[in-house]
Amino acid sequence: MATIRLAINGKRYSVDTDPQTSLLTVLREKLDLTGSKYGCGEGQCGACTVIIDGKSQRSCVTRVGSVAGKKITTIEGIASGDHLHPVQEAFLEEGAMQCAYCTSGMIMSAVALLQKNPNPDRAAIIDYMDGNVCRCGTYPRIITAIQKAATAMSRSATMKGTGR
Amino acid sequence: MSEKTQIVIEPERYELRAAAPYRFDLDRRNFFKFLGAGVLVVSILKPVAIAQESGGRRRERGEALPKEIDAWLHIGQDGKVTVYTGKVEIGQNIRTSLSQAVAEELHVPMEKIELVMGDTQLTPFDMGTFGSRTTPTMNLQLRKVAAAARETLIGLAAAQWKTDRQRLTAADGKIIDSANNHSIEYAALTKGQQITQDVSFDPALIPAADWKVAGRSAPKVDIRAFVTGGHRYPSDQTLPGMLYGKVLRPAAFNATLTSLDTQKAEQMGVTVVHDGNFIGVAAPTSELATAAVEAMKAEWKSDPQPSNKDLFGYLRKNTEEGTDPTGDGDRFDQGSVDQALASADHKLQQTYTVQYIAHVPLEPRAALAKWDGDHLTVWTGTQRPFGVRGQLAEAFHLPEDHVRVFMPDMGSGYGGKHTGETAIEAARLARAAKRPVKVNWTREEEFTWAYFRPAGVIDVTSGVRNDGTITAWEFHNYNSGSAGIRTYYEVPNQKIAFHPVRTPLRQGSYRALAATANHFARESHMDELAHAVKMDSLEFRFKNLKNDRLRAVFEAAAKQFGWGKSKTPGQGFGMGGGYEKLGNVATFAEVKVDRSSGDVQVVRLVTAFECGAIVNPDGLHNQLEGSNVQGLGGALFEAIQFDNGKILNPRLSQYRVPRFSDLPAIEVVLLDRKDIPSVGAGECPLIGVAPAIANAIFDATGVRLRALPLVPDGLKVT
Repeated sequence: MATIRLAINGKRYSVDTDPQTSLLTVLREKLDLTGSKYGCGEGQCGACTVIIDGKSQRSCVTRVGSVAGKKITTIEGIASGDHLHPVQEAFLEEGAMQCAYCTSGMIMSAVALLQKNPNPDRAAIIDYMDGNVCRCGTYPRIITAIQKAATAMSRSATMKGTGR
Repeated sequence: MSEKTQIVIEPERYELRAAAPYRFDLDRRNFFKFLGAGVLVVSILKPVAIAQESGGRRRERGEALPKEIDAWLHIGQDGKVTVYTGKVEIGQNIRTSLSQAVAEELHVPMEKIELVMGDTQLTPFDMGTFGSRTTPTMNLQLRKVAAAARETLIGLAAAQWKTDRQRLTAADGKIIDSANNHSIEYAALTKGQQITQDVSFDPALIPAADWKVAGRSAPKVDIRAFVTGGHRYPSDQTLPGMLYGKVLRPAAFNATLTSLDTQKAEQMGVTVVHDGNFIGVAAPTSELATAAVEAMKAEWKSDPQPSNKDLFGYLRKNTEEGTDPTGDGDRFDQGSVDQALASADHKLQQTYTVQYIAHVPLEPRAALAKWDGDHLTVWTGTQRPFGVRGQLAEAFHLPEDHVRVFMPDMGSGYGGKHTGETAIEAARLARAAKRPVKVNWTREEEFTWAYFRPAGVIDVTSGVRNDGTITAWEFHNYNSGSAGIRTYYEVPNQKIAFHPVRTPLRQGSYRALAATANHFARESHMDELAHAVKMDSLEFRFKNLKNDRLRAVFEAAAKQFGWGKSKTPGQGFGMGGGYEKLGNVATFAEVKVDRSSGDVQVVRLVTAFECGAIVNPDGLHNQLEGSNVQGLGGALFEAIQFDNGKILNPRLSQYRVPRFSDLPAIEVVLLDRKDIPSVGAGECPLIGVAPAIANAIFDATGVRLRALPLVPDGLKVT
């Protein structure tokens, strides 16, 4: 057991746990941040995806001891108050889900993708998102939602850039 | 097939095999008190519908018919409409489509409506959410309930205003007398009393052609909670003081424990339970629970069991004729197949097989259980909350009214969550630990200890004339099931039989059930026959098909696909279709086969679907896309590998499911028949995918694949 200091969604936590424990277990069991989901436990389905220092990672295969002090963002941390993140907005508008159990992970992967590549083409989306499974098969809608979010985000960036 | 034969949906045997006797056990009079003042409308099922919902003559011996109530609706004094149904939301989006039905008939905005679903204490008995029954039955019932509420409110307003009810209309949560410029909110009409109305009459329903809310796309109810991570799935439920449970699994199926040492586990500060075959642990963290189970030393013995290698021979040899649990044999005989075969121009005999596949709901089974004295409350993900209540009552020798099962909207099921394993495990551990206990299965447990879509062998023997008329059709299905076993093509001489088998693996319901296997065999065989008589596949089908609705979907899909266009090398086109659960579907596939590597790529799937009057076009479109993707997995590569009582690929790294990179272009054509009652759409759209792809592979390569999955390791062209 050790005391691990974590920075999640702009808040600081200190957790008494075995550093070998998975970040997903800590999020869900110790911090009641249940938006990140367990789907496979081996980094194969992406339902547990979080963003750590700007990169998407599978929290189920991430040891909590290895992310102490790093900037962790979960699905609970991407909206600004009532204002949804453009990717959340796009998933909502597209109805890009059925049971929606994969949705948190899909959104987090998409957010990380758009940070890296603000204007991905279809092939780049498929390539980046291939580690996220939607068993209900809503892939076509998720691709459309990501494209929409990319457009919305670049438009808003342009508007900011021109001072409007 | 006439319209008449389509009316009753036969419940599938594997759905009923898990059924147990359940009773609606609330005292209605007392129960409704809690709803308080307002208008209460109670839906009473008619005897025919009761028989259907309970499985009709197929119900298991001793199973009591559910009581007659199947839904109710309450309009509170605050104007809030609460609808109670035992159906559950598992991603098929019925929370939305049912709300639309109520909004339509009651003339209230969607946001005023709340559905209470799948809570055994608050909702009426429901056999379960499966078999594509929600739309044809519950949607209709709720429309009637809402229409009856509307009529009751009009009656109340007429009495209050002492006016003729014919002058009054309902709109936007109000009753309106436009001649006198009067209007009154629904909520104000009851004046603090509870007014109860049975739907014992047939209230006038709004025809689909006049729908304003139903029939249009509506976003998923509570969608914001799903994009923010706020929705609490069964596995997300918590209670103060809750422990985590973990169960020790046997080394193989059907294994018996020969020795057990729990000493080390007991020193880890956990609660250890050993009760008969059940060995489990409850601990403050899931990790400690897992560590304690791993610290146990157990030895098991089991007899040799079959594997994939000898599966199909095993299925043929281990039939259980005459022991069909549902009592009727799924046999259909007409004319003389033998005589017709003797005089046919072409005869064809082929065998088709399907492997076991897993549902892989992304949320594995989960349950949280809490005891208050001898009363048990369980939150769990299941398609049959009342079924799980019955299982818990049985396991713990409790009266059913001591057990309450909640079903929070869950992370999918696809027919795979009819049973209450985690509920029982969590409850047993909670009883020992005297604290609430949650059990979340791992992916490996879900792959191993749930159940599978049945494997099967299908033998088809047929005879056809040179002009393309099918004269003989013999069809034997071993084990996979009877859903969709009957042919919709016009054949004068038929012999069709389902043969139950002593199954080597635990098997049960799955989205579209055996209809996928039976359509794969039938629609592949149709293509083989068309090839034998040198006819175009579509023309050959139409020569033998009279059903207008089925012809219409084949025509629509063919048109969208561009059937008859020319091919490039390696390209192949194929089709498959049929009807199931009252829906009609045709899927056309385009594949590309790399002849040097043997790689098969499904380039495009075009699916035309008709399910009567469409309730939620966008929701339906979503179901169609998903069905095509899920159908693709079972068609191309999904298969459970097993040997001697063990699952060999119980992980997502070992069991391949469709991913983004497997996605073909999917085009959906929806035929909206406003003149036909709405039916379900979660299952039927899967059934054409596998045969369409198999037929397209044949078209591309000349290689006929008769086993599902078709190309688990790429195509070997010899």
